[in-house]
Order: sequence, then structure tokens, then C-alpha cells
Amino acid sequence: MNVQRSTLIFAWILLLPAVLYVTVIVAYPLVDTFILSFTDASLKKTTNWVGWVNYGKIFNATFAEVILRTFVWTFFSVSIKMIIGTFGASMLNAAVPGRALFRVLTMPPWIVPMAIGIFMWGWMYNGQFGMISGVLQRVGLADGPIAFLAQGSTAFWATVITDVWIGVPMVTLYMLAAMQSIPQDLYEAAWTDGAGRFYRFRRITLPLLVPSMITMSMLSLISTFNSFDIIWILTRGGPSGETTTMIIDTYRTAIGSNKYGEGAARAVLICIFLSIFCVCYFRLTSRLSSGDKR
Amino acid sequence: MRAPSLLINRYTWYELIGIYAGILVFLTFVLAPFVEGFLVSLKPLSQLFSSPYRFIPVNGSFEAYRTMWVSVPGFARYIFNSFFISTIVTAVVLILVVPAAYAFARFEFKGSSQLLGAFLAVNMFSGAVLLIPLFRLMRSFGLLNTYFAIIVPGVAFLIPSAIWLLRTYMMRIPKELDEAAFVDGASHFYTLRRVILPIAMPGITVVAITTFIGSYAQQFIFALTFNSKTEYAPLPVGLFAYFGRQEVIWNELMAASFVGIAPAMIVIFFLQRYLVSGLTAGAVKQ
Repeated sequence: MNVQRSTLIFAWILLLPAVLYVTVIVAYPLVDTFILSFTDASLKKTTNWVGWVNYGKIFNATFAEVILRTFVWTFFSVSIKMIIGTFGASMLNAAVPGRALFRVLTMPPWIVPMAIGIFMWGWMYNGQFGMISGVLQRVGLADGPIAFLAQGSTAFWATVITDVWIGVPMVTLYMLAAMQSIPQDLYEAAWTDGAGRFYRFRRITLPLLVPSMITMSMLSLISTFNSFDIIWILTRGGPSGETTTMIIDTYRTAIGSNKYGEGAARAVLICIFLSIFCVCYFRLTSRLSSGDKR
Repeated sequence: MRAPSLLINRYTWYELIGIYAGILVFLTFVLAPFVEGFLVSLKPLSQLFSSPYRFIPVNGSFEAYRTMWVSVPGFARYIFNSFFISTIVTAVVLILVVPAAYAFARFEFKGSSQLLGAFLAVNMFSGAVLLIPLFRLMRSFGLLNTYFAIIVPGVAFLIPSAIWLLRTYMMRIPKELDEAAFVDGASHFYTLRRVILPIAMPGITVVAITTFIGSYAQQFIFALTFNSKTEYAPLPVGLFAYFGRQEVIWNELMAASFVGIAPAMIVIFFLQRYLVSGLTAGAVKQ
């Protein structure tokens, strides 16, 4: 009994620094966000309790559009990431010479400071002198220069593609690891029975990948929903708000216009969405792992 | 039984062509911005701002790699800042995470799995969501416009994955080792320091590398919001110095980007074996 107690104390001593740190830097700000969202906090010295006013201000047509846009943006970004990542993983999974090198070559967008990758895309999207517009004109797909970031519709897709580019390495390496954890005997058995490569991929690889795909999509959903740097550096939410997602809107309100209270109300809404995703994620993964045991 | 796996991996010539074509398309998407960025860094500014677009530089030179130091004299400082911040962040994360990961790996107590879940839940918030209270917190600590404004929040958001990664690693260390040491009269603390830490070193190295890279890559938003002094600005913010009043000095910006990422790239090149395992660990159930 005594030994157990000293073990328990020891465990808590080990945990305490990390717990305290995260409490002060993450948990307290989280609580503070909720409190702030009911005040008119700003640069002024005094702060008043205003009740639901900030939330009342949010619910208008513009903000509904921002929410919808955030979901559409996230949906396309995650789906395209998953498709390209799974495609890349299945190519890199092939036992061909040079694959170790190819694997390393997929990593740079992930590992390089995000801002740098985004600058590169920013230049490629340049209408007058950029690569994409230039190549499209040369090939004859565009009549004149296309300033991708200056028009709403193209800016939307431009930011999606850049987000996909940054997220693809992680999806690829994750899916690759999942593919390599599939027992080789399954393929060998199928091969002995005369199943072709494509058939094996469709009937063995893909079905067994479904749990990993769901896990990865959920993780990717959470991080994409939080995506800030890409849109901020490329368009700052413009032109005329066409790439403004909830995070960008929150940042503009809170940090740009110093309306902390109104910004906090927006942040609370983001937290609610994120919690819903998180609960779905835990539900899905626990169901998937209990399915494994059966 | 190994014979089939050799046969099974034999590809016909058209399969090989298909696979390499697929890899080519995939890697083109992944690497095109880097190739274009590098070519931009070789082009003189006058060629960049001229149409029609040309992919290959005419009279390309490494001139921008020289002039970038002249137009932004503080650039070396930004690289230093990035390195300095990432190093401190990594050190603090390790100090906090090594004991915590050990506790999660070894001791089951009431609420331990909930606590681990709570740590992982931190992962779902980016700093952006909590920016307002963090800003107020940094202000009341008096940390705004210091290195700590970037370090302190940065550490918090790197803790969860580090704990997860190291816990997975430590769970693979046989429990008998701890028990043997304990039976011999070693204290808990002694066991951790003299038995577990040396064995866990490879795992700690992986965590250190991924944390360093994570910190190097994600300094933007805190640096942008909590620090307005150029002397503390890290690379991602410092690069904005090449955004002139009229136009962006693109060739120098790209040259500076490549100089800035070179150290990280060298690290990746030498440590990629650890990196792949580190980044995907915990991803797939063993």
C-alpha cells in the first residue's frame, strides 16, 4: 500500500511540470476566451460585461458566409490532400529502385518553414510574371495573364492548392506507413491464387486502408480548419473577403481591429466546431480499434 | 516463404513505366515550387519582371545570394533567432516531456488516460484560436517583444505530440528493467535517470529532432503577433524585410529562403531515417 502511494506521488511529480505548463498556456487562455467573449474588451482601460451582445453581432449574413466558406475550403483541401497523398503513397510503396530517395523528396513542403513555401506559391500565382499564368498562356489555355490572387474565385482555389501542397507530405508518409503495416502474407496468398497487381490493390490494400484513411482525414480536418499562415500570407482573406475563413476573420477582428471581445466570441465558435470534430475523431478511432479486436 | 515475395515484387516493363510516371507526377507537384523558387533566385530582377514568362534563367547568376546580405543586413540575425528559439523550445519541451512521457508509459493511476487525452486535445487548437488571451497573458507577464513571446507559447503546442511519441517509445522498454532496479533498492528517480534515460536515448533523439523541426517551421503566428522588434524576429517574419515599399525583391527573397532553410535541409538529409520513423510513429497501430 505504502509502495503504491509513493509510486503515485512519484508519477504526479513527473507529470506536474508539463501539466502546469499546459494549464497556464493553453487551458487558462481557453477559459479566458470564453469569459472575454461576454465582454467588450478592447484597447480601452475598462472592460464591461455585455452578455450575449458579441454573439448577437456574429449572427448575420456575412458571418454565415464565412462559416460556409470555411467548411467548403476545408472540405476541398482535406479531400484533395487525401486523394493526392494516397496516390503518392501507393506509388512510393512500390518496390522500385530509388524509392528511399523518393520518400525523402516528398518531405520538404512539410519541413520547410511554412512561410517560405507560401512565398514561393505567392510568386507562382503572380498574374503578370508568375509561372502558372505564364505556362497556361504559353500552352494556350489562357488568353491573357491570370492574377490568381486578385480574383475571388481563383484566390479561393489558389489558397486551397497551397494548403494541399503543405499537407500532402504528412498524408503520404502516414498512408505509406499504413500500407507497409499490411501483412505481406495476404498479398502472397492472393498472388498464389493468381490475383493481379491491380486486383490485389483494390481488394486488399484499399479495404485495409480505410481505418487509416478515416483517422488521417479527421486529423487533417482539424489542422486544416485551423489553417492560418497560408491565407494570411497569400491574400489576408481578400480579395473583398473571398478567402476569409473563420480563423482569418477572428484574427482580423481581434488583432487587426483590437476588438478582443468580438474576436473571442468568434474563437469560441471555432472551439465548438473543433470539439465536435475531436469527439467524432475519438468515437471513430475507438470504434475502429474495437473493430480490430473482433 | 520468402520466394513469393521476391516474385511478387517483380514488375513488368509497363508497370514500371506506370509507377515511375506516377512518382514523377507526384514529385513534380511536391517539388515544383522549390525548383521555381531556386530558378527565381538565379534570375536578375529585370528578367523576373518581364513577360512573357521564361522558366530557364537567361544570364542566371548567384548574384542575389550576395546582394541579399546587403539589402537586409540583419538577415543573419533572423537565422540565428530561428535557431536560437528552436533550440530553447526543444530543450524546454524535452525537460517537460521526458518525465511526463515516462509517467504515462509506466504508471496507471486514476485519471491517467483522461489526462493523456486532455494533453492530446491540446493538439486540436492552433495558437491562432487562443491568440487573444495569449496576447493578454504575454502582456501581463511582460514578455511581449522578447524571445520568450515566441518561445513560451511555442513550447505548449509542441508538448502533446512529443509526449505521445516518447510514451509510445518508452512503452516498448521492458518493465522488468525498472522492477529489477527497484528490487535492488534503487529509488524511482534513480531508476529513471540511470536505467530508463540511457535506453530511451534514441527515442528522445527522435523527439528532439521532430520538435526542433516543428518549432523551426511554426514560428510565424506568435512572432507576427507577440513581437514587433526586428532584433528578435525569426526567419519567417524576417523574410518580410524583402517586401519593399514598391515591389518585392523576389530573387533575393528566394535566395534568402534557400539560405534560411539550408541548415534544416542538412539536418533532414543526415537524420531522415529517424525523421520518417519519428513523424509516422503512433500513426499505425503495432
